[in-house]
Amino acid sequence: MASNGIKDQVAIVGMGCTPFGEHWDKSAADMLIDAAGDAYKSAGVAPDDVDAYWLGTFASGVSGMVFSEALKTPYKPVTRLENMCATGSEAIRNAAYAVASGAYDLVMAVGVEKLKDGGYSGLVIPGPDGDGTESSMTAPAMFSLLAPAYCEKYGVGEGELKDVLSRIAWKNHVAGAKNPKAQFRKEVSLEKISNSPRVAGMFGVFDCSGVSDGSAAAILCRAEDAYKYTDKPIFLKALSVAAGPNEGFISDEYDFTTFQEVVVSAQDAYKQAGITNPREEISMAEVHDCFTATELVLMEDMGFSERGEGWKDVMEGRFDGDGAQPINPDGGLKSFGHPIGASGLRMMYEMWLQLRGEAGERQIEDPKLGLTHNLGGQPGRCVSFISIVGRELG
Amino acid sequence: MSGIISYGAYVPYYRLTRKAIGGGKGERAIASHDEDSVSMSVEAGRGALAASPAIDTLVFATNSAPYAEKLNAAAICSALDLSAQVNTIELANNTRMGLAALLLGTDLGKAGRTSLVCAGDVVIGAPGGARERDSGDAAVAFVTGPEKDAIARVLGRASTTSEVLDVWRLPTDRFARQWEERFGIEVLGPVSIDTAQRALADANVAPEELATVILDATNSRDVAGIPRALGLKPEQVADMLAGSVGRSGVAHAGLVLARTLDGAQPGDKILVLSTADGCDAVVLEVSDKITQGRPQRSVDQWLASSNNEVPYNAYLKWREILPFEPPRRPDPDRPAAPIMKRNERWKYAFYGSRCGKCGQGHLPPQRVCLKCRSIDDMVDERFADAACKITTYTLDHLAYSLQPPVVSTVVDFDCGGRLACELTDVDPGDVAIGDKLEMTFRRFYTGQGVHNYFWKARPQR
Repeated sequence: MASNGIKDQVAIVGMGCTPFGEHWDKSAADMLIDAAGDAYKSAGVAPDDVDAYWLGTFASGVSGMVFSEALKTPYKPVTRLENMCATGSEAIRNAAYAVASGAYDLVMAVGVEKLKDGGYSGLVIPGPDGDGTESSMTAPAMFSLLAPAYCEKYGVGEGELKDVLSRIAWKNHVAGAKNPKAQFRKEVSLEKISNSPRVAGMFGVFDCSGVSDGSAAAILCRAEDAYKYTDKPIFLKALSVAAGPNEGFISDEYDFTTFQEVVVSAQDAYKQAGITNPREEISMAEVHDCFTATELVLMEDMGFSERGEGWKDVMEGRFDGDGAQPINPDGGLKSFGHPIGASGLRMMYEMWLQLRGEAGERQIEDPKLGLTHNLGGQPGRCVSFISIVGRELG
Repeated sequence: MSGIISYGAYVPYYRLTRKAIGGGKGERAIASHDEDSVSMSVEAGRGALAASPAIDTLVFATNSAPYAEKLNAAAICSALDLSAQVNTIELANNTRMGLAALLLGTDLGKAGRTSLVCAGDVVIGAPGGARERDSGDAAVAFVTGPEKDAIARVLGRASTTSEVLDVWRLPTDRFARQWEERFGIEVLGPVSIDTAQRALADANVAPEELATVILDATNSRDVAGIPRALGLKPEQVADMLAGSVGRSGVAHAGLVLARTLDGAQPGDKILVLSTADGCDAVVLEVSDKITQGRPQRSVDQWLASSNNEVPYNAYLKWREILPFEPPRRPDPDRPAAPIMKRNERWKYAFYGSRCGKCGQGHLPPQRVCLKCRSIDDMVDERFADAACKITTYTLDHLAYSLQPPVVSTVVDFDCGGRLACELTDVDPGDVAIGDKLEMTFRRFYTGQGVHNYFWKARPQR
């Protein structure tokens, strides 16, 4: 028994991503057609060249027919999958294993979400029928539990932590302002962020990611075939997922300052990729900044910062676009937006652009390894996905 | 012979000052937006059951039944973890049914049966009216049974039934209507005096022997002639809590009786009378077992733990009298009947499970242990009365609530076990990690015509 990984066996050879935002004039099908169309074009292939599809959508439709009926793909295999907010990443992971197995030569991972047709504030999480005893906490409330716990554990003052959280939001808005596809394309002042109306706990409106519509797609093949499609493929170094047993809401040992699922998936991914010092070896990362405090805790869970030190790294600018280890150079969930099923693929889209040197004014200098991290659930009770990608084999 | 074996009361945390309504002295008790006659009766029942033997019969009286058709008492039975083999009876439609339920319980006691009698009411009056101003919300519970265990035995009783149009409400009406007050006094005044006299004769007790006289009526003036007719001294007549609770419908006579028992001495004789479309009266004698049957919290303790800063418009929203802008969030889903049935012991009686191998607590109950992963090696454990404290919390401004923000907490039980739950009866600005809490049974919301009951935590009262 082992998590062997498929390092360097699979490459991404084409990608597409729609702008994220409030697309009142587009359906989920419209966005799928746009993202998949860009991906075909990017890889230089015709739709019929793709052998199989993995469609990630959290709640914008059921079954593979959401895709096959939109694109009129002629009786190809399309699997619809869902793993909460990590849905888009799961599409990549499952598609990658399919080509690695040899079952197919060329596959597509595609994600889509249409959130803005519902008319509600924030994310509405559909669930199975219940007995009415489930916790009524909204997503910001769940993640806001991280902030006071972090303060308590590391002796950081509430005001001090609020500044750290605001700086994370500020950084991601600075990045989003440089991204033509981001939902929020404006820098926001630290003062405005700090003073935004409270949503839950220490979180104001600007501590929360955008609720948006969007779609993104990737075309994958075995690494040895990659150069048939592009001069600049990117190679998968690691794919890891961990689903938790709900330790956070059963065990009184859990203190809301970590995501054990992230720790486990990160360690597995580093092992697959042969990384021993992620703080130094990972050039950049797209992480699941659904809320500002999430990004802070992730820095420590993924080993980018020492325990209790992440807030200092944030304040010192280590994770800024021009810092030593840029985090969310495309604006992250915070300002690129968070259409659930598409977000994992959007993260990979930024890796695709950055590793190919196509990220325009937000281009990071000579990145070698990038990491995407996608999380579904809440502190103490979640699924965590991590991928590591590079521009070279070996 | 039979009597009362134990009792418990419940007065909700919130009060509405009569000043906030528009005039008058004092305040009335108001059930919170997450309470109803069933949930308050559960709270009162918990107090009464702490010192009591197994229950054969459950009697529930209310004029504010959460369901017009469906056994409301079944939720009380389940939440109080009573045996499913109890006989349940519901009484309704008249405020005298609270005392009638107590008399039924004592009658059953003569047959050797032990009963839990609950009476709870949420009394809603039309805005601006006397009924809104003078009523209150509360619950009371008595365990009744054979005389040998009684803290107060029945010495005698009497009843009168009057077909009279005094106070009435159609099934489709929100608010009760009342005929001219003078008319009710003319009819029910003499009825009340006569019933009191017959009860005393039945008990063979003279008025001057009474330690306390409890005079409850739809209209207090219906019973105002009794002290003079019986020759009572003012100190014999009980304070009817008009300034602190208001008349709490079916619960009220019992609530004042509970308060009387809180301070009673062995040998005290008590006349309890309730007038509404007739009259019931009972004479009780307190036994030397009185100290054993008292609940953990006295009525005065419930009264002392309160918050009277509820704005009138908030109260009107809680009672669905005043429409308001809803949050931009979906309405809560109704709970599903099969799942509620499968999880009945969790949802109502608040049973979790504890691993028989390693001792890890689980709420809700689990089949597989988190810690040692043993399968089906769990022992059921009821957490309803377990002490707990706040491990962490947040104020949720986005969640659907009639009283935002929702105070969401992660709670750890002293005995081991964790739960994410809502905190109720609390000022959001007055919450801190480490605060001691207790569990309380509540009606969370009503979704698509289904009431959703479960447990929340509250600061210790």
